Amino acid sequence: MLSRTDPKLTANIARTPGGARVDLVLVADMVERGAKVLDVGCGDGELLRLLSERRDVDGRGIELSREGVNECVAKGLAVIQGDADTDLADYPDDAFDYVILSQTLQATRQPRVVLEHMLRIGRHAVVSFPNFGHWSVRLQLLFAGHMPRTEILPYSWYDTPNIHHCTIKDFVQLCAAIGVKIEKAVALNAWGSPLRLNAPWWFWNLFGQQAVFLLSRKN
Amino acid sequence: MTDTAEADDMREVPDGVREADAPRDSLLARFGNDRPLKLDAGVALSPFQIAYRTYGTLNAARSNAVLICHALTGDQHVVGVHPVTKKNGWWETLVGPGKPVDTDRYFVICANVVGGCMGTSGPASTNPATGKPWGLDFPVITIRDMVRAQAMLLDHLGIDTLFAVVGGSMGGMQVLQWAESFPDRVFAALPIACATRHSAQNIAFHEVGRQAVMADPEWRGGRYHLEGTNPRRGLAVARMGAHITYLSDAALHRKFGRKFQDRENPTFSFDADFQVESYLRHQGISFVERFDANSYLYLTRAMDYFDLAADHNGVLANAFKGTPTRFCVISFTSDWLFPTSESRAIVHALNAASARVSFAEIVSDKGHDAFLLEEPEMFGIVRGFLDGASKARGLTSAKAG
Repeated sequence: MLSRTDPKLTANIARTPGGARVDLVLVADMVERGAKVLDVGCGDGELLRLLSERRDVDGRGIELSREGVNECVAKGLAVIQGDADTDLADYPDDAFDYVILSQTLQATRQPRVVLEHMLRIGRHAVVSFPNFGHWSVRLQLLFAGHMPRTEILPYSWYDTPNIHHCTIKDFVQLCAAIGVKIEKAVALNAWGSPLRLNAPWWFWNLFGQQAVFLLSRKN
Repeated sequence: MTDTAEADDMREVPDGVREADAPRDSLLARFGNDRPLKLDAGVALSPFQIAYRTYGTLNAARSNAVLICHALTGDQHVVGVHPVTKKNGWWETLVGPGKPVDTDRYFVICANVVGGCMGTSGPASTNPATGKPWGLDFPVITIRDMVRAQAMLLDHLGIDTLFAVVGGSMGGMQVLQWAESFPDRVFAALPIACATRHSAQNIAFHEVGRQAVMADPEWRGGRYHLEGTNPRRGLAVARMGAHITYLSDAALHRKFGRKFQDRENPTFSFDADFQVESYLRHQGISFVERFDANSYLYLTRAMDYFDLAADHNGVLANAFKGTPTRFCVISFTSDWLFPTSESRAIVHALNAASARVSFAEIVSDKGHDAFLLEEPEMFGIVRGFLDGASKARGLTSAKAG
């Protein structure tokens, strides 16, 4: 599974003037103040830190890489070493208000199962992922004829941790398939700015470099 | 204090006086017949005493106390010169001024466990009913009994809630037991290199050690204190066997390899030709100078009996249901006595109980003993965890206030 501490990934993600990653700020802003949050694949704890500073949340994290975990714990964050694919099953129902999966979905072995667990454990899920439908991805495959490599998907096909790429459209269809309600969705362009809110899905799917979804269970 | 309990005192005792009754460089809390220690074995221990040491200053709110729980062969001398061995305290790497468990900030307490031989009542202590050493008449004790006794010590010290309980190995078992028995008295728990139960393999190793002690003719059915003998050889062999389990193949190889001890060639005898043999013999011999053989039997037994899940119909998570305590679990990659899988089981249970838990596995080739050694990554984690917890607890960085 991908680790968010991976410099290859994080170096090219747009940042706010304050130095925080725009996608993480967007995720943080979707979380209610004071909520209980599980960050799956929490990397070096940047989002947990943001959440505790900006939203005053009770945050926990799971991270695959030992370095990431030990760095987080040394910062005083409640983080354990674990794998989204195998360890979410240990958590009881309704243990959290939000379960966050940021830039990790495409690296899980069973994205659907992971998403189902997230909405079992948490009342809400926040998922962010790189959009494989972005025009630059499509152009590379169409004209250059090789697996796309972009700023936020910098790997060659043979050494990528990203094994389940999806487009925004694919993700929306998965949500429909497992009966998940989309509360909110935001697509970011390559400069980290949100796309027009009233744009149609096809527009987002073509021009969104990343997407952030706030999900909840359908009653 | 009641009339049967004398005031604590820092004792000045000449060499040669038995440490079990009159521990040097220690504080002593005495509990009279009105305050018996109720044991899992179904009997009460009274009167009894607890030998302990403290470091740092208790703040006005009495909220900065950290209890250190020692391992099987440890004692209350965490920091400072040991009165018997004259060596440094056993956890000076981690505890002290400016250290991760910072005695400039926290009031650190460490008590010798019940069943021990460094001043808390145990089989080497004098049985008040007979005026002679308890020997095997001392009741069998459990990890829970140790924790109960520590809780009585805290009551005696007027400390309601511990800021943290920290311990490795058998000390880690006590930390887990504290969190289970007294969740409201433990703000933060740091169990290191331990498990919620002793495995069959661990029980097996302990049994070998106990049999070595009992096979020594000087053991005399546990009555060696009365008969003027001492099962040194048996206890030394027990220690040698146990010591191997605290190390790792890699650590032994790095330290000794197949190197000879002060010789060029094998002597074709059963001398300690190899450095590793010489080292183990030294470990065994130095151990018996400071440890009581019966105490070794009792404490290994206490670890064997430990099984937190068994007390909750086999469901470990129920041991921590609704716990307010925040946990930081630490294991080491080369620890095969308490492997990472055991720590992971603790973490799974804590997750299932929705507890606030951190878990770090530290890369080390030093085996189980790594928790006592120079492990900078562990230091960083312990410091970070306690810092985070102290912010949540509202402790200021200054000492007593």
